[in-house]
Amino acid sequence: MAAVQETIDQVRQIDVDQYKYGFETVIEVDKAPKGLSEEIIRFISAKKDEPEWMLEWRLDAYRRWLTMEEPTWARVDYPKIDFNDLYYYAAPKNTPGPKSLDEVDPELLKVYEKLGIPLKEQEILAGVDKPRVAVDAVFDSVSVVTTFKKELAKAGVIFMSISEAVREHPDLVKKYLGSVVPTSDNYYATLNSAVFTDGSFVFVPKGVRCPMELSTYFRINEKNTGQFERTLIIAEEGAYVSYLEGCTAPQRDENQLHAAVVELVALDDAEIKYSTVQNWYPGDAQGKGGIYNFVTKRGDCRGHRSKISWTQVETGSAITWKYPSCILRGDDSRGEFYSIAVSNGHQQIDSGTKMIHLGKNTSSRIISKGIAAGVSQNTYRGQVSAHRKATNARNFTQCDSLLIGDRCGAHTVPYIEAKNSSAQFEHEATTSKISEDQLFYCLQRGIPEEAAIALIVNGFVKEVIQELPMEFAVEAQKLIGISLEGSVG
Amino acid sequence: MLEIRNLHARIAEDGTEIIRGLNLTVKAGEVAAIMGPNGSGKSTLSYILSGREDYEVTEGEILYNGENILELDPAERAAKGIFLAFQYPVEIPGVATMQFLKVAMNEQRKARGDAELSTPDFIRKVKEAAAELKINPDMLKRPLNVGFSGGEKKRAEILQMALLEPKLCVLDETDSGLDIDALKIVADGVNALKSPDRAVIVITHYQRLLDYIVPDTVHVLYKGQIIRTGDKQLALELEANGYADIIGQAA
Repeated sequence: MAAVQETIDQVRQIDVDQYKYGFETVIEVDKAPKGLSEEIIRFISAKKDEPEWMLEWRLDAYRRWLTMEEPTWARVDYPKIDFNDLYYYAAPKNTPGPKSLDEVDPELLKVYEKLGIPLKEQEILAGVDKPRVAVDAVFDSVSVVTTFKKELAKAGVIFMSISEAVREHPDLVKKYLGSVVPTSDNYYATLNSAVFTDGSFVFVPKGVRCPMELSTYFRINEKNTGQFERTLIIAEEGAYVSYLEGCTAPQRDENQLHAAVVELVALDDAEIKYSTVQNWYPGDAQGKGGIYNFVTKRGDCRGHRSKISWTQVETGSAITWKYPSCILRGDDSRGEFYSIAVSNGHQQIDSGTKMIHLGKNTSSRIISKGIAAGVSQNTYRGQVSAHRKATNARNFTQCDSLLIGDRCGAHTVPYIEAKNSSAQFEHEATTSKISEDQLFYCLQRGIPEEAAIALIVNGFVKEVIQELPMEFAVEAQKLIGISLEGSVG
Repeated sequence: MLEIRNLHARIAEDGTEIIRGLNLTVKAGEVAAIMGPNGSGKSTLSYILSGREDYEVTEGEILYNGENILELDPAERAAKGIFLAFQYPVEIPGVATMQFLKVAMNEQRKARGDAELSTPDFIRKVKEAAAELKINPDMLKRPLNVGFSGGEKKRAEILQMALLEPKLCVLDETDSGLDIDALKIVADGVNALKSPDRAVIVITHYQRLLDYIVPDTVHVLYKGQIIRTGDKQLALELEANGYADIIGQAA
């Protein structure tokens, strides 16, 4: 009997695969062919109606990229990526999605349920193809978005996709794009510069305090921003903006390689707060199929007394390679990095920050909390440096790692470099395990194991959670608990 | 309420036998003291009752309200009303005492099929119980047991006991590290919880605590067995003569 069932299952599996293949062939016309070449870049640029200078910028990046080598210094291990076996452009509307929630991975739905996400949003997140009639539901939220856009316009804030910005505000884009992360910065950033498909553009003019938290969430219905996202945020003199990226809910995504670039520019007295919750597919129980997340994020405190603060909660992706950094160029500028990185199963995280002190009296603060479970590897890699002229530079770094189980690893790799004798850098690092004593104590009080781990871990990351905007904080706590389910026993 | 029959148990890791044929009966409403010299297995007994994995029961059974609880995990036992006041309460960094209490109370309610407490109800209960134990409300905001003095830790244990309303309370060396004032507060807290449907097992090395929590029965534990059972007189005898006499008689 068992054999018969097995055969049925096997046949069914083949069927599904063949169907999927056939389906993709049908829509091939809406995709650029696989691989990367000048042709493909021209194709992308043309599809997006870009001006000539943008195309030249992309081509320049591409030519540089051809001369570069993939970096190997990070503590991550993955099979070599064949960059000519990837699609670099697919018309997002035509990417086939599940027809209803019934077709969505039940595991994913379980997570949505635990996070308390309403059904309609679940469908959007899971990428369900909606028939015309039901699209009204989506239109509802589009009208919400429109209301927000009106309010932002009143304040003079520009918030739109980067593709729109290239067309509508070419001068601003030209002035700032690539000014923080140059096209030649690193392998993945250069690749991104050549092929980026979309992302967000934010411009907050002089003296304006952005009246609301800006979130990519509001843009969720617009377009699948895809694998090569490009974000540019500019806060002029005295401006303030808080930007939320990502979503606690795991999003369906067909692209395995993600190489985003985020650039922040803060002029005199400006402040930018950038919060991320990243929960992409981490791969199956064997670690296969998860997202590779190779991101370049950098903020430039270009003006005096400017401030840039990165807060991140990283729970997803098979491989994370990410170092949101601050260049403290202006005198009295300040950079902050608050991070929670959770790895479970076979996940590999190599993440941290760079604080480059160039101006006088600049200060920075780094609080990193790494939690490793399963057979995962979790590395903090951080650089703090003070330039010759960075008189009175100050840094405080605290890196804490928490291990769950005895098959995972936590590593701390700090690079500290002071070329100015008045610089003061402090570094504290701890590694601990959830002790049997703590676990037993919670159990004895009637708290089941998974709830106990979530409680202890949330205690461990509390300092960073406090830095998140309220609406993110509660969800992030739940998310951390969910990410660690099944990590013990 | 509790019946332990011919219990044998060892340390799971190295197989050292600690409990060797222990028999003990504790009735509802009873306060039972378990005394014994160091290394006799007192703390081990409290861990085995509450289900700690580090110990392996090789023989015998533990009946709690007639049910053999050996197969239940610690959280299940807790939800059924078994509470252990730890000799060394554990620190939980970053978790406010208040938050811990709320999670514990609601998890137990969930396990029993009761609705979660509303926040106002919860706060009222905690405030009342804390006032009884002369606990400063500021302490409730601090992470559980982190930086608590010895007295604060023990009071926090009794506070949890009062709020979780267990049926079987096991106090493991609750008197250790307490000055006389703190000892009185803790003992008052325990006495206030005495009721006809609740049993208390007081594990202690010294008579001192039993001046304040007066036991109905006293059991002497030695080399993993109860070698003598009596009333509160027995504790006074031990105080006067030490364990040597009784051990001698048993040997």
